[in-house]
Amino acid sequence: MGMNIIALLLYLLFAPFVGGLLAGADRIVTARMQGRVGPPILQPFYDVLKLYQKEQITVNKVQDFYVFCFLLFVIITGGFFFAGGDLLLAIFVLTLASAFLIVAGYCAGSPYAEIGAERELLQVMSYEPMVLMTAVGFYMFTGSFRVEEIIQTQTMPFVYLIGVFIGFTGILTIKFRKSPFDLSMSHHAHQELVQGLQTEFSGKTLAMVEIAHWYENVFLLGLVFLFFVNGTAWSVVLGVAVALLTYFIEVFIDNNYARMKWEVTLKVGWFTAITVGFVNLLVLNFM
Amino acid sequence: MSFVTKSPWMIHYDGSSCNGCDIEVLACLTPMYDIERFGIKNTGNPKHADVFLLTGSVNEKNKPVIQQIYEQMPEPKIVIAVGICACDGGVFKECYNICGGADTVVPVDVYVPGCAARPEAIIDGVVKGLAILEEKRLKVKRKTEKALKKHYDEVYGQEHRPLIMEVVINGK
Repeated sequence: MGMNIIALLLYLLFAPFVGGLLAGADRIVTARMQGRVGPPILQPFYDVLKLYQKEQITVNKVQDFYVFCFLLFVIITGGFFFAGGDLLLAIFVLTLASAFLIVAGYCAGSPYAEIGAERELLQVMSYEPMVLMTAVGFYMFTGSFRVEEIIQTQTMPFVYLIGVFIGFTGILTIKFRKSPFDLSMSHHAHQELVQGLQTEFSGKTLAMVEIAHWYENVFLLGLVFLFFVNGTAWSVVLGVAVALLTYFIEVFIDNNYARMKWEVTLKVGWFTAITVGFVNLLVLNFM
Repeated sequence: MSFVTKSPWMIHYDGSSCNGCDIEVLACLTPMYDIERFGIKNTGNPKHADVFLLTGSVNEKNKPVIQQIYEQMPEPKIVIAVGICACDGGVFKECYNICGGADTVVPVDVYVPGCAARPEAIIDGVVKGLAILEEKRLKVKRKTEKALKKHYDEVYGQEHRPLIMEVVINGK
């Protein structure tokens, strides 16, 4: 129990720093891939602190509340996970957080935010089956949804859940909001959708969205890490290494693909879920 | 501590120009000049922007557009007129549809001359503008503090000003 509380506190305190540093590293690596020097590694922190110093412009007062709920529930998601709680519950809370973000996009009443919110709904629809299958896969393998029991396992979950792992890393591109599937926030297409869902957020509200993304990214990489733990020290090292490698590959994919249409997102999401994910679960069921 | 000078996000708008300056603004983002080194990011969204780069002269049709972009930007913000057309109308000055330079619509903080303005000159203009941005931030901050002080003095009276306000106002 004591260990769980320490892990939870470490997560609450350090996840934004880790997430922010990862985002900074992302921007530098992206710049280097494009033959540029890139910003300093602390740039995401400067951005967020700057947003706190800006004037607050709110279209619809309730949107700040929704964005705050998004941040809160993303933090709770990671809280469940790092405190060794229920994996399934963590995933459901993450979906709830996404729902709050979507509602925040809708309530601004801007056409750009509205289209962004619609696309975000579509993205949730694309990745949700695979995320659920990940939780189910861990349950079928270890007999428990609780993270503290999953990490006690003697064999590496990756060995039996390799299909689920491939499927999960596949939909991570959507979750990290990277090209080719950055439909709703539109990192690279200002001409098309301004900033999509984020268009009407400014100042502190936008800063909250950024911080929530940092927490979310740490949780998702934590889930990647979970595939590799088997109670030994070297598996922890391996897990962290694979999580970082996954992040690097996502950045690499981001820089090598143009954005795709929403149909492709849906097809890729569901295709991976049905083929590698579901087949893996079937095999596990008959073993 | 000021972070606004460390991550100025920019929005650029092309008035009725020949597009030369517009292309030079985008050239600042390329590997050759890489303006992201200073934390500068190109946003297409006025609500996220701190720096408004305006190229080309202003005509009657895009006057309200420029005004609207300017008004949607949250404080503190600066406007940089890039190229001679944005500075005072340039070769288009005498045209029937042209109002003149950017300063006929919005207050301009930095003028970057040139036809087309070189990317080096644009970067120099933005970096000069950052000092103004910081000045404006402090001005906005002082204004808020003054308004807060006035409000509290009205509610509580000067003698009964809450202790926390003394800290905010006088910094002790």
